[in-house]
Amino acid sequence: MSNIGFIFIFLGILFLILSSIGLLRMPDTLTRMHAGTKASTLGSLLVIVGAIFLEPTLWFKLSLLGFFLLITNPLSSSILARSTYIKFGFLNKSGIDDLKDDK
Amino acid sequence: MINFLIFLTLIAIGLSFIRFLKGPHLTDRIVAFDAMGVMAVSLLVILSVTIKDSIYLDVAFVFSLIGFIGTIIFSRFNVVKEGDDNE
Repeated sequence: MSNIGFIFIFLGILFLILSSIGLLRMPDTLTRMHAGTKASTLGSLLVIVGAIFLEPTLWFKLSLLGFFLLITNPLSSSILARSTYIKFGFLNKSGIDDLKDDK
Repeated sequence: MINFLIFLTLIAIGLSFIRFLKGPHLTDRIVAFDAMGVMAVSLLVILSVTIKDSIYLDVAFVFSLIGFIGTIIFSRFNVVKEGDDNE
């Protein structure tokens, strides 16, 4: 049981480090948001699952924390993307801007 | 083993903190701040499992809530400061 927990926590921290490397290497704000929010959400959820395997008596608080992260992270990411679009526009080279009419 | 995991999490937080320091715009800094908040929550979860006490989980709840509210407030401030979109 303990080895499974350590493997889950190690996978989660690997995703967190990948998220930070993507945050450093990506060229643009929206692509940095792609790296910095989704991968870190998956990494923290894997860490929480590994912590439940390591310490099963704390399962209620840990699952409540995972549920809270799963609700609030996409919400803040969406509001950040909207703010970035309103301030800087669409920063891609393709020239297709589907959000222009809705603004 | 658990010290190695905590060291790896600190490496992830430090790499995000570099982006937080040198981000060209305010939105890059907000993205790096959000990622740092989530990584700090997972670091607190690892600490709580190490000590076998649930006192750090309450700290993790408050940290996650404050990071979420800070992200939303800074992005709204970033929009409203332009002056043309304050609905």
